[in-house]
Amino acid sequence: MIDGFLALYIFMLAAFTGYEIIARVPVILHTPLMSGSNFVHGIVLVGAMIALGHAETPLEMGIGFIGVLLGAGNAAGGYVVTERMLEMFKSSKPDAKAASRETK
Amino acid sequence: MAWLPTLIKACYFLAALLFILGLKRMSSPRTARGGIVWAGYGMLVAMLATFFLPDMHNRGLIVAAVIVGVGAAWWSGKRVAMTAMPQMVALYNGMGGGAAASIGAVELIGYVRHRLLTQGMPDTSPLRPEAWAIDALHPVMAVTALSPIELALGVLGSLIGAVSFSGSLIAFSKLQGWLDRRFVFPGQRAVNLLLLAAAVVIGILLASGYASYPLIAAFFVLALLFGLMMTLPIGGADMPVVISLYNAFTGLAVAFEGFVLGNETMIIAGTVVGAAGTLLTQLMAKAMNRSIGNVLFGSFGASGAEAQAIDGAQKPVDAADAAVMMAYAERVVIVPGYGMAVAQAQHKVWEFAQLLIKRGVKVKFAIHPVAGRMPGHMNVLLAEAGVPYDLIADMDEINPEFPATDVALVIGANDVVNPLAKTDPASPIYGMPILDVGNAKHVIVVKRGKGTGFAGIENALFYADNTRMLYGDGQAAAGELVSELKSMDA
Repeated sequence: MIDGFLALYIFMLAAFTGYEIIARVPVILHTPLMSGSNFVHGIVLVGAMIALGHAETPLEMGIGFIGVLLGAGNAAGGYVVTERMLEMFKSSKPDAKAASRETK
Repeated sequence: MAWLPTLIKACYFLAALLFILGLKRMSSPRTARGGIVWAGYGMLVAMLATFFLPDMHNRGLIVAAVIVGVGAAWWSGKRVAMTAMPQMVALYNGMGGGAAASIGAVELIGYVRHRLLTQGMPDTSPLRPEAWAIDALHPVMAVTALSPIELALGVLGSLIGAVSFSGSLIAFSKLQGWLDRRFVFPGQRAVNLLLLAAAVVIGILLASGYASYPLIAAFFVLALLFGLMMTLPIGGADMPVVISLYNAFTGLAVAFEGFVLGNETMIIAGTVVGAAGTLLTQLMAKAMNRSIGNVLFGSFGASGAEAQAIDGAQKPVDAADAAVMMAYAERVVIVPGYGMAVAQAQHKVWEFAQLLIKRGVKVKFAIHPVAGRMPGHMNVLLAEAGVPYDLIADMDEINPEFPATDVALVIGANDVVNPLAKTDPASPIYGMPILDVGNAKHVIVVKRGKGTGFAGIENALFYADNTRMLYGDGQAAAGELVSELKSMDA
C-alpha cells in the first residue's frame, strides 16, 4: 500500500515528466511517440497479472484472465508497431533504398 | 528468500527508469530506435518480477494468457501494413483500457465478496440471488483491504478504462473501414450525457461503500455503452485526435489502478503517458485547428451555413503532358496525402522523384502536419519508401517556396491543400492551416475521380486556372509518369 500523499507526489512529478518529454518533439515523431506511449501503458499487464494472481473465484479468475490477455496484447502489439515505425528512422542513410526494397 | 521482495522492488524501479529514458530517447529521431528497445527491456523486467511476486496464485493461467495475448498481438502487429498503423494503435490502446477496467472489476468483485464473507454468508457466488440483495444499502468499509481512496480511484480507473476500451474499438472499426457510416440521431448528446451521468452516479455509490454485484455489473455496462455512443458520431477524419485522447485516458486508468494495487511503476508509467498523451492530443487538435471539445461534441461538417459555390470546371491532363511539365521544370514540390499511401504509391512516387532529380530538377516533398492520419504518419510512410529526410519539408518551411515552384504535384492529398480553409468561413475546415500549392505556377492533382475527399468537402483548388487534374489511381498514375519520363530519356 502507498501513502496517499506520496502517491500524489509521484503523480505530480510523473505528469511533469510526461509533459516535458513531449513538449519539444518534432512533428515527424508524433505518431511513433503516440505508439510508444501506447506501449508504455502496456505496463497494465503487470497489474492484470497481480489481479489474476490474487483472484479466488472462477468469476474473478475469468475476468483476470481476460485482463492479462488484453494487457499482454497492449504491450506486445504496442512494441511491435512502434519498433516497426522507428525501424525506418535507422534507414534514412544512403542505404535507404536497399532497405525499402527488402520490405516490399 | 528475504531478498526477493527487495529484488522485485528494484526491478520495478528499473522498469520505471527504463520507460522514462526510453520515451525520452524516442523524442529525438537519432535515438528513437533505441528508445523503444529500452522501454521494451523495462517491460520485460517488470513482467518477470511480477511473476515472482510472493503469494501469487493461478500462475499457469497467467502464463497461458500472456502467451496467447503476446502471440496474437505480435503476429498481427508484424503483418499489418504501415498505412494501417493508426487503427492498430487504437486497437492495442483499447486492449490496455480493457485490461485496466478488468483490474478494477476483479478488485471490486473481490471487495464485495469479502464483505459478504464478513457478513456471514458462506456462499458468495454472484450466481446466488441472496448475494445480490444482501445489505446493499449499508455502507461497510473497514472490513476489506481497500481504503476509501483506493476504492474511489479503482472505480474511476475502471470508468476511464472501460470508456477507452469500447471507444478505441469503435475508432479501430471506423479506420479499418468496417464502420464507415457516422451514427447520428436527434438528442444524441442528451442521451450520451445521461449515460455518463448514470455511470458516474453508480460509480460514486460503489466508491462510497454501497458496492454490490448488480451495481458493479450496471456500472461496467453503462461505462462501455458510453464509450461506444461517444465515439460513434465522430467522423473518420477526427479519429487520430480521438485515438490520442483515449491513449491518454488509458494511461490515467493504468495509473489509478496502479494506486489500487500499490504498484509505483504502474502509477509512473500511466501518469507519464496520461500527461504526454494529453499534450499530444492538444498538438494534433491544434494542427487541425479544432478544439478537443469540438472534436468530441461538435459533429464535423454539420454547420448550418451554406458552403460557397465553386465556379469553373476541373481541367484534365494526361500523364504524358504532366511528365513533360515536370521534366522541364526547375523546381517540383510533391505533396503526398493519405490517398497516396492507401494506393501504396509511395515507392513509385519516389522512383519518379529520383528520375526527376537525375534530370536536374529540384524536388522536395511537402508534408502537412496532419497528412496521413496522424501527425508524422506521412513521414513514416515516405521513410518506408526510402525518401531521405533532407528532401522532406514541413508546412512552414515550404509555404514561402511555392511562388518559386514550377509544378506542385498533389497526389492523394485533398483537404490539406484546400484554399477554402482560408476563404470560406462556412467550410468545416475553415481556419485550418494549409499548404499554399495554389501559389505554384502549375498544379497537377492526381486523384481517383471527381468526388470529394475523406472529409467530404469540395476543394476549390481543383477548379483553379493553374490546376490540371490527372485522374487515376495513385499507384497507376505514378507508374505512368515514371514510364513517360523513361521514354523521354530513351
